[in-house]
Amino acid sequence: MSTFTAPHVDWAHLSPVLIVLGAAAIGVLLEAFVPARLRRTVQLSFSLAALAGALIAVAALWSGVKSSGGVHVLGTALVVDGPTLVLQGTIALLAIVALLVVADRTSTGEDAFAPSAASVPGSDYEEAARRLGLQQTEVYPLLLFATGGMLIFPATADLLTLFVALEVLSLPLYLLTGMARRRRLLSQEAAMKYFLLGAFASALMLFGIALVYGYSGSLSYATIASTTANPTGTDSLLLVGAVMLLVGLLFKIGAVPFHAWTPDVYQGAPTPITGFMAACTKVAAFGALLRVVYTVIPGLKWDLDVVMWTVTILTMVVGTVIAMVQTDMKRLLAYSSVAHAGFILTGVVALTPGGVSAVLFYLLVYGAATIGAFGVVWLVRERDADGVVVGEATHLSQWAGLGRRHPWLAGSFALFLLSFAGIPLTAGFVGKFGVFSAAVDGGAWPLALLGVLASAGAAFFYVRIVVLMFFSDAPTEPAAGEPLEPSTQADVVLEGGATPAVATLVAERAPALTTTVVGTEGWATVSIGFCVLVTVLLGVFPTPVLDAIAHMSTFLP
Amino acid sequence: MNTLTSWATSAPFADIGPAAAEPVSAGIYAVAPLLVGLPLGSAALLLLLGRRSDRWGHWLGVLASAAAFVVGLLTFLAMLDRDASNRVLDVRVGDWIDAGAFHLSAGMRLDPLSMTFVLLVTFVGTLIHVYSVAYMDHDRDRRRFFAYLNLFVAAMLVLVLADSYLLMFVGWEGVGLASYLLIGFWNHRTPYAVAAKKAFVANRIGDIGLIVALGLMFATFGGVDFTTVLGANMSGVSEATLTGIGLMLLLAACGKSAQFPLQSWLGDAMAGPTPVSALIHAATMVTAGVYLIVRSAPVFDAAPTAQLVVVVVGAITLLFGAIVGCAKDDIKKALAASTMSQIGYMVLAAGLGPVGYAFAIFHLVTHGFFKAGMFLGAGSVMHGMDDQVDMRRFGGLARYMKITYVTFGLGWLAILGVPPFSGFWSKDKIIEAAFIPTDGHTWRAWLFGSVALLGAGITAFYMSRLFFMTFEGERRWSTRTDGSQQHPHEAPALMTWPMIILAIGSAGLGLVLGLGNRFVDWLAPVTGEHEHGEPVLAPGVLVALTLVLVVVGAVLAWRRYAISTVPVIPPVGTALTRAARVDLYQDAVNDALLVEPGQHLTRSLVYVDKTVVDGATVGVGQTTVGLGQLLRKTQTGYVRSYAATMLLGLVVLVATVLVIQS
Repeated sequence: MSTFTAPHVDWAHLSPVLIVLGAAAIGVLLEAFVPARLRRTVQLSFSLAALAGALIAVAALWSGVKSSGGVHVLGTALVVDGPTLVLQGTIALLAIVALLVVADRTSTGEDAFAPSAASVPGSDYEEAARRLGLQQTEVYPLLLFATGGMLIFPATADLLTLFVALEVLSLPLYLLTGMARRRRLLSQEAAMKYFLLGAFASALMLFGIALVYGYSGSLSYATIASTTANPTGTDSLLLVGAVMLLVGLLFKIGAVPFHAWTPDVYQGAPTPITGFMAACTKVAAFGALLRVVYTVIPGLKWDLDVVMWTVTILTMVVGTVIAMVQTDMKRLLAYSSVAHAGFILTGVVALTPGGVSAVLFYLLVYGAATIGAFGVVWLVRERDADGVVVGEATHLSQWAGLGRRHPWLAGSFALFLLSFAGIPLTAGFVGKFGVFSAAVDGGAWPLALLGVLASAGAAFFYVRIVVLMFFSDAPTEPAAGEPLEPSTQADVVLEGGATPAVATLVAERAPALTTTVVGTEGWATVSIGFCVLVTVLLGVFPTPVLDAIAHMSTFLP
Repeated sequence: MNTLTSWATSAPFADIGPAAAEPVSAGIYAVAPLLVGLPLGSAALLLLLGRRSDRWGHWLGVLASAAAFVVGLLTFLAMLDRDASNRVLDVRVGDWIDAGAFHLSAGMRLDPLSMTFVLLVTFVGTLIHVYSVAYMDHDRDRRRFFAYLNLFVAAMLVLVLADSYLLMFVGWEGVGLASYLLIGFWNHRTPYAVAAKKAFVANRIGDIGLIVALGLMFATFGGVDFTTVLGANMSGVSEATLTGIGLMLLLAACGKSAQFPLQSWLGDAMAGPTPVSALIHAATMVTAGVYLIVRSAPVFDAAPTAQLVVVVVGAITLLFGAIVGCAKDDIKKALAASTMSQIGYMVLAAGLGPVGYAFAIFHLVTHGFFKAGMFLGAGSVMHGMDDQVDMRRFGGLARYMKITYVTFGLGWLAILGVPPFSGFWSKDKIIEAAFIPTDGHTWRAWLFGSVALLGAGITAFYMSRLFFMTFEGERRWSTRTDGSQQHPHEAPALMTWPMIILAIGSAGLGLVLGLGNRFVDWLAPVTGEHEHGEPVLAPGVLVALTLVLVVVGAVLAWRRYAISTVPVIPPVGTALTRAARVDLYQDAVNDALLVEPGQHLTRSLVYVDKTVVDGATVGVGQTTVGLGQLLRKTQTGYVRSYAATMLLGLVVLVATVLVIQS
């Protein structure tokens, strides 16, 4: 007769995760019990407090982990070591910054989410919900759940936890993607695509986990690593499993050829959520990928290099090249994020200690600039013929001359773009320099060379936008095309049944509306300001942060 | 006066080299960075506040410059309290560059040489600031003018206080920028803007020299700070390298100090407001080249060939400037030619080696006073004569502008080298030093000594010409456009007082500093003190010869320009006069040798760039965009095709791995 032994739980080292997931669970209850009038205020302050608490918990654990090197928690399910804490801290910080944009209802008084996400687009029910001023405050607990999953994702120490964390972080994101207030069909289509492809990728990953388990007889990273350190003859099972495991992670970071969802989802999701997703998901997924590459399958480096190299090269080239021909701001940023995934991958491929800290730093600066950029996109709106402010003005031509009318906003956007392009004195330069030199150190100089070339190509479309904003005249007259409201247009296309490829068609739409910039409630200003600060400070004085990360970049095996 | 005497009777040196630097950080030395900070902060404030500070901005500028002078004076007094052998100090400001093998901290080198400059720049600078308050009174951009002046003072102080060649280069470029901005201050007039551009380009050519020298120094000594470079053991370095460094430094000095063959910009630089000409293009910035050479003394001492070139350049320029000065009718351009010639003297002295360094700086200081005073006097004349600059339209002004007349007269006597005025003490020493044989080459002593002597005579002629044409003789004033007569009048007190103070300096400074070799002893910790040979002619004979030539030059000028009638329309003149009027065809030579081939070269380069380079770039770009359009088609919007892509990708990757592995 077996007796049940309660596992020893190191609650303190779990605290960042526990705080956020606990707050998310309580958030659901708040949704049920707090009066509608107060709900948004309560949810927002509660979520901010939870994320800040997670950040503080990370800070409290910092010095202990720095000296001890890290501990395993919950048996071998989780590991809290240097990279875990750096990634958790980055995720919590970026989540706070992203949450501020999510919370901003702007001067229009409307947030980014459908008044009632369950209503059918265009129905009377939707109209009634809009008139009643309903708000979908479930957004906040959903966001916390996703963040909680992200906090676990890079801290996992066995494959099962890895998979569970992936699902915990993904499911809320599928939901959030489908909740946009405007262009709802586009948003729901994006959510659907994201869910289907995500499920497909999860299935591949799960299959990969099964194969790896079949080979090694264990789910624990440490055991797998020791088994794979000396591969025997029958390792095609292991190789196929490892590739499929990697594919699941590469899907999440949006690497080519597993990137196809990125532009559609980034475009369809509510813009503040896009910022959150682009920054925090990428941080978490890269954290997990780093851990897998560095601690689970380093023994397979020679076999898997071809996979990583191919994917890295494709990601950099395809991301950059397609971004050049985009006409929609959100899609352009989506492809730019694909290209950046490629740049970061060069640091992962390096497989040197320097590579880890370079990737961690890059993720921080990339995340800050991304949230800031999507925050700006959130504030640049279209105004229809009646002067009513509608959705985001995402067509590039609508951004012409923005710098003349709104120098500060356009200036911050230009700064983020320059950071993306890796211009010196911005944080992006330090980040790129770090990953490329790590790649050279790790013997992957062709990747670094290609990365520099791709960066030069990428600089072209970033600078083009800067030129567009500051040195072009704003279009004086709306083009005499169809003066349709975007979502209506999308409806027409979809109902016509001609093609479901709404996303692409909408991207091609000629601008028919004037561009305006809405005021903020202050949240977005704080958020964008913080991102500007990070981008400039880490560009000019990166040393303290680089040092702090360098001391925390050793994985516990 | 006990400080002065202790300063003069410092411990005697016997043939010692420059003293090693001692790091200091406490006391007055801790506030030394304010020297740069005050004017720089004031300039930034004035530029940032814009029109809001129009009402009081000029006084802030004056205050900043004066405060810098006070700090400089306090530092100077503190330095006097130290033993003469401990007067080379390093004030560390902070780490500047830390990149691999290249470490450089930013700091200030306080020693007698830099303190001399600090006092000169801030003192003369402050006077000129005060003068400008009145001179620029009617200019609506006066505040901007003061911001630039402050910027100049700050940059000049960085230049002279830097403890490394790289930091000096920052100041070097800073004064170049300030000079450019101030020459083109009235840039709405095209010729002025062109003049600014010309100065800028000529200075850039010189800057290339400094940059190359920096590179050579780093390669040779492994550093660019003074301690590393100047303290290095020169015997371990090949003389060819040192000569290269020396020549490159000389090129830099030629650009900045308007020495042959880069002198052509100085005359055009007179387009700037007159106080600018006084401060930048007479007293301070243009002498930076002399500072550079004296500062780099150990390099030049070990490279005799470079030294010889320095002397030759100085000799050519001093004659060149003097000849051009004889033919110019524009009072400011005549003074500019004279500046060029006087700096030629300094460069010549600096090229003579240890025997000349101290005298080069001595002449630089006295010249700073008398030339600035004369420029301010010229400004005062222009002020009273409706901005007329043609000396043929002056005449007989002595009666109408008494203060200007007297102060200008003192400057005139000083530059002529009439004892006991300032110039006598410094210039005669240079002539004497030029007559001392170096390395036993008597022919050099005779050649360069004669050139210096001849230059003194010509100087006497053209400066007297300038003085007499302006203040003596009959009136040749032009009538105003409305037909009324001009009414020359004395300038306001804010303008005359700086002139008076500078005139006192012109008259007495040489005596104060020159008696008992005070100034030479003061500089000894930097320049070292060396025994030198005897001049080929006895010093007494040289003084007498110089004075005779000066008197002859002045009397000739008196006969032609004071007691005989000066034609209002310039006569055709001899071939030499005509050549001198156009700067001895310098511009024509530059155009033919550099500008036109350069333009052809750039045109062909532009053509190549447009067809070949652009063609290739645009081609690559178009291919990429075409590829993008093609790839974009894969983004169909169908989930099934996305999933298929993923699956295909997976299969290809797995297949590749398996194939490679097997």
